[in-house]
Amino acid sequence: MAVDRRTHRSHVSYIDKSRNYYGAQGYPQPYQWAYNQDVPFASLDKPLSECRLGLVTTSFFERKAGETSAADAATKEPYAALCDDALGGLYNKDLFWDKDNTHTEDLDSYLPINRLREFADQGRIGSLAERFYGVPTDYSHRRTSRRDAPQILEFAQEDELDAVILVPL
Amino acid sequence: MGSARDIVEECGVSRFVYTDFPLGNPTGKPGDVEMQSAIAGIALDLLERAWEPRTTVQTPFVWDAEANDDWRYHFMKVDDSNRDLLAAAGDQRRSAQATVKAQGRGRD
Repeated sequence: MAVDRRTHRSHVSYIDKSRNYYGAQGYPQPYQWAYNQDVPFASLDKPLSECRLGLVTTSFFERKAGETSAADAATKEPYAALCDDALGGLYNKDLFWDKDNTHTEDLDSYLPINRLREFADQGRIGSLAERFYGVPTDYSHRRTSRRDAPQILEFAQEDELDAVILVPL
Repeated sequence: MGSARDIVEECGVSRFVYTDFPLGNPTGKPGDVEMQSAIAGIALDLLERAWEPRTTVQTPFVWDAEANDDWRYHFMKVDDSNRDLLAAAGDQRRSAQATVKAQGRGRD
């Protein structure tokens, strides 16, 4: 097979795209993305087949029936809810994703609750927690790091999780 | 697990399963259970096997085998076809926000 050659990186730079897009809308200050020099890391301290995993989404919990109500700052609170109550779908119409090219009518295309439960049934993981956790997209670094992250950690400790998978839309 | 590679890698995470899809389906195409299982399985492998932070694994899936650059180009496109529209939309949004602020309903 011939080697494919390209003049640009293949993956989309959303940082570049959003800077240009909002610049074109007349916003003078580009959004400041989070950058961390130091990144934490921990290995699992027991076999994955004994671990309880949790999932974190950026979707809202409200059901799609409420799709007409606009999400405002007051509803952008981190939350924990039962996975069983997410099976009908989560609310993410107000979030920023590619609505022209795809849809979110299948929960497992953005929050793999059913797929991880299957892995639990097969014994690949110990279990998926009964609750999942939500951090609706918020453009405040301060709220994300000082309010949301500690709240998610608290949920994870309450549910005695061994690992958490973050799945932003 | 995500599809905004540059944003996640700039932020920095312990382990990252990257799927090169339009934003919205970072864990597999809607309705494609086999693909969703494969991607979740890669995440589990990475959870077990990574030994250093910032480990990225790209899954092997492509969104559109025939025209995989189309969605990249169209998303948040800025060119001569929409430049005036975008500028007008920005003006409109700022004026709406100013109205909200004047009514004391702004965010914290």
